[in-house]
This record gives sequence, C-alpha cells and structure tokens, in this order.
Amino acid sequence: MSVQATLFDKVWDRHVVVAGANGWALLWVDRHFVHEGSHHAFAKLASRGLKVAEPDLTFGVVDHYAPTQGPLSAASADIQRMVRTVEENTRAHGIECFDLDDPRQGIVHVIGPEQGLTLPGLTINCGDSHTSTHGAFGAIAFGIGATEVAHVLATQTIWQSKPKCMRITIDGKLGPGVGAKDMALSWIAKLGADAAQGHAVEYAGSAVRDLTMEGRMTLCNLSIEGGARCGMVAPDETTFAYLRGRSRAPKGEALSRAIEDWSRLASDADAVFDREVALDGAEIAPIVTWGTSPEEALPVTASVPDPERLPEHKRFRAREALDYMGLVPGRPISGTPVDQVFIGSCTNGRIEDLRSAAAVLSGRRAKVPGIVSPGSQSVKLQAEQEGLDRIFMAAGLEWVSSGCSMCVGMNGDTVAAGQRCASTTNRNFKGRQGRGARTHLMSPGMVAAAAVTGEITDVRPLLEGRS
Amino acid sequence: MSGWTRHEGVAVALPLENVDTDQLIPARFMSAPRSQGYGSYLLHDLRHRSDGTPIAEFPLNSHPRASVLVAGRNFGCGSSREAAVYALVDHGIRTVIAPSFGDIFAANAINNGLLPARVDTEVVEELFAALGVEAVKASVDLVAGTIRIAGREIALELEEEKGAKLINGWDDIDLTRSHAQVIASFRSSHFQRAPWVRPADI
Repeated sequence: MSVQATLFDKVWDRHVVVAGANGWALLWVDRHFVHEGSHHAFAKLASRGLKVAEPDLTFGVVDHYAPTQGPLSAASADIQRMVRTVEENTRAHGIECFDLDDPRQGIVHVIGPEQGLTLPGLTINCGDSHTSTHGAFGAIAFGIGATEVAHVLATQTIWQSKPKCMRITIDGKLGPGVGAKDMALSWIAKLGADAAQGHAVEYAGSAVRDLTMEGRMTLCNLSIEGGARCGMVAPDETTFAYLRGRSRAPKGEALSRAIEDWSRLASDADAVFDREVALDGAEIAPIVTWGTSPEEALPVTASVPDPERLPEHKRFRAREALDYMGLVPGRPISGTPVDQVFIGSCTNGRIEDLRSAAAVLSGRRAKVPGIVSPGSQSVKLQAEQEGLDRIFMAAGLEWVSSGCSMCVGMNGDTVAAGQRCASTTNRNFKGRQGRGARTHLMSPGMVAAAAVTGEITDVRPLLEGRS
Repeated sequence: MSGWTRHEGVAVALPLENVDTDQLIPARFMSAPRSQGYGSYLLHDLRHRSDGTPIAEFPLNSHPRASVLVAGRNFGCGSSREAAVYALVDHGIRTVIAPSFGDIFAANAINNGLLPARVDTEVVEELFAALGVEAVKASVDLVAGTIRIAGREIALELEEEKGAKLINGWDDIDLTRSHAQVIASFRSSHFQRAPWVRPADI
C-alpha cells in the first residue's frame, strides 16, 4: 500500500491481478450484476463456448423491462422475450437471478445494497452506467459495455486504465427540503456533464457525511451524469449500521473483522487528488433541469436562461434544448405547468425518497397524474407497512410495481410526445422517457410539489409546518 | 473483430454537443439481436420526423456513405449501451472526432473497432466551419497516428494499448485467459486475506 493513498487507490491496489504499462491493470471483479440488456454478452459467451467463471459472484436481475402495471404475460412479446432470456441465461450458467417472482426483485442498484451484496472495498461491475451508485459504500463500481460484460463473465476480471482522482467536498448544512439530488445536480450544473471524465470522484465533507446511505447512493448514482468513471464515499459508522443484518453481508465475528478492515479504507489525511472542488452545502437550493442534459440545471428560484446571454458556444445547444423543452427564455422556471410526474428509478426509488415525497403529498391531492414505482419489492413492502402507498393513492397517484419503469421506458411506461414530466430520474436526454417527452429532473420532494401544484414549484413552502 | 490500420473515407460534421447514447440508439430498438444489424437505428429520432420520414438535410441522410463523424464535446455520454457503438459501426462509421467522449462509450468503441479520436475544441470548431454541410474526404492512419481532413493533419492522441487493440482487432478474453494461473492465485489470496468479499450464504 502506497503512502498518502486515496480511498480509490486503496481499493484499486487490492484488486490488481496484472499490472500492465501506462496505468493499465487487470482487476479482479468481486461482484458482477447482469440484467436483460446483458443478452449481447451471453450471446458472445455462447458463440465461443465459454462458461461463466464465477457464477457465485454473479447475480442476475430483471429490472429494465420489468412490467410495473400488470403480469409479464400481459406485456408485449418483445418484453416477455427479454425477461425470459435473462432468466434462461442465468439458469444455464448457475447464476442466482432475482426474477419477477422473487420477493427480492428490484432495480439492480437498489437491491445490490439492500441484499448486502454491495460492500465497502469491493470492485463491482454491471452493464449499466448507474453502477456508480454502489460507490456510496466505498466500493469501486462502474458501468461497462457488452464486450466487457462478456469478459467479466468469462474471466471475473476487467482491464482498466487507472483514472485520475477528483475530490468534491461539500461542507456546511443543507437547508430544509434540500438533499443529495440537489447536491449532485449542483456540481454537474456548475462543472459540466463531462467535467469528471477520466476521473474517479470521491465525495467528502460534512454535508456528505451527514447523508444517509440512501442519500449517498443518490449522490454516487449521478456521478456518471458528470462524466465520472465512478463515485465513492468513504465507509463510516453510517455505512456499517446500514450493513448490519443484511442478508448477504458478513455477520458476527466476520463482520467485526470486515469493519476493522473497511475502517482503514478512507483517504489518508495527506492524500493528493488530481483535482479538488468545494461547494457550500448551505448555499444549495432545490435544483431542477431546464434542458436536455443534466448540466442544464438551475435552482428552482432562477429563470430559464436566455441563449443570447450565454457564451457563444453554448447558444446553439441552449436554443435547441429550449425549443425541444417548449420553454420561454427569461421566464422563471417555477410556474412551468407539468402534465405528469414520476417517482422512482435507481436514483430516487429508495424508502427515504418515497418518505420525502409522501411528506409533501400527505393530505393533499395531485393536480396531475403520475406513477410511483418503488425501487424494489422490499422497498414497496416497507412503504406499504409505513402507509406511504395510501398517501400516494389518496393523492391520486398510481402505486405500481418495481423496475426501471419510466426512467428509460423500456417496459412500456413512457411519457407521450410533447408531455412534460417532473421526474425523480437521472437523465433528461431527448426522448429518454419516450420520443418527444419533456423531462425535468428534480428531487422526490420537488416532484411531489409539482404534483400538488401542477407546476414546477419550490418544495420548501409546502414543507413548512411538516416534519 | 478484425483490426485495421488505415481508413480512407468521407467525413461529415454533426455540430452537436452531448450526443448521448439515447440519441445514438433510442432504447426501444435495443431488444433486437445484433445479427439484424443496428445501422438503421443510428440517431434514429434525430434523422426522422415523428411520422418516420427521413429528414433529408440531416448530415447522415444527405451523406449516407459518411464513415467519419465530427461532433461536439461529450459525445456518447450517458448509458453504457454498447448498442450505441453497434449502430455507428453497422452504419459504416469508423471514426468519431470530438473534443471529449463518455468514458464507457470510448471503451465500447475501441472494443468494436471504432476510433474515438479526441481532438481539441478549437480544431473541432474549425472543422465544423470547414465542413459545413458538405462531405469531405478524410483518412485515418492508426500506425502513423494521424488524421487528414479538410487540408489539415491532426495528430492522434491514442494510448498505446487502445491503438494496439484497434490495429490487431484483439479480443481481451484470449489475452486475459493467458493469465489464467495468475488470476487463480490472486483469487485464492484475495479470498484468504479478506474472506468477507464472498457473499454470505443465505
């Protein structure tokens, strides 16, 4: 172990199987998650007659195409085929699969942590860019493409060039109604959607330490939207408390020894980062996106930018984004009418997200339709035990099953062309939620506020007098 | 995949920033097997009106034989879908020139013989101006490490390992399997040092 190592360095060093030239290394992969989209990789494996090297370290999930509003048998033939293919591929290779009949089913980045499969100090891969979520535990976790998925399946290793390290420090106390989603969108808006390319980001500072594991997962989840290879938070008591009693996490004496080990993973006090960025948590307001990239975001109290006032190289894109989004330059973003809302996804589909939306919706009616899709069946059950489902339904929203749902629209949950959706998801790309759909990313509380008022609105006044 | 060293082709400008992988291939096409070919899905919703008719002036429609794309920053950001690269490759694109690329996209590109050529913003801006809406001849030489386009020669910034993969069409699986013994010994010491890395039994 080198001196002055960062959290990233320490976890990286533990996983180097072969050190190549120019920072290239063959890394051991501790956990590999596959889903419906992994069909290309299984096909590559089959074409070469290869077996999965470590089925016990590989886990299958059904999430991207999971129907949320009816049985699989009622879904399209394409969707049924995608779901059955991952079930068949995992079965054929002896891989445990959290399928639609499994009470542990849910979005991969929700159930990995929930089942205790995600642990500090691990390397974790999945053919999904939001794999960065798992870094919240102090793991190196990143998304990979189908060729790399096939490689990990066949060898349980992956070739990587070592990224640079960037630390984003957020000190200060977040204001009421402000959370991890706002922290993430703030730095992406400030630095740009490609700012962290080629970097592993470590989040530090008191505002990060104060976050729950759910909040840290939201923060790390969105690292990819700032271009980062991965996002990480050093494991601490909050992490260990979350892991105690999780099904697949170590227990008893094994857990004590693991915690002792994990406690040494934090970046050394004198570790040097290639890039340092600091934000003041107290200055972060609820954020909402106005354009078609996560970097096109602003505080809810601000106005839609006027392309003519932007630097020249940003004008063309801004005009195009505003045209697609149907927004008028210079008008306050607050007050923009929305047609529907969506609460869910690997970004904001956890119990804490549902609680914060329910805190706004309790005793109120939504003016627009919307769906609430819990991030996993376990989250769904817990929410029902807490009565959150009744709050959502009393408000007029639909309470549906778990999956990626309207974040990516693969399962048929889409937003119609021209419709404006306030969404707790991660991408406001053109057509992401459906062709021509207009997506505004924001926190679960902000989406609930948009539901109640029928327009983009500051959640903070709606929280006054509520716990 | 087969390797390549030189490519002589036709370049067009796609002067857009943040061309994300959802633009490169909308999610609804991704359940198709690769054998069907992904070329017709490339940038589908930018190239077609909502009624499905092609937009004639879109660069890839006016120059369907283009094999080099010049694009704005953060090309291929977003989802890890390798299908975005399949769509480009199946459409005949061999090189994308842009100021920056999504990390996962760039790795996927190399794995499929597509060169993600990072070129300074100023140069890309000059290429946009030089190309306009026309197609121009372009040549890419991986061995010499140069791109010739619109009367300029641009030096390629390409890590040795990535260049070698493109040139040799190497498959990492074979390369890695040659390290099988090292991997096996790493595995056993890794599990011994930190037994907790293995998932607990239910």
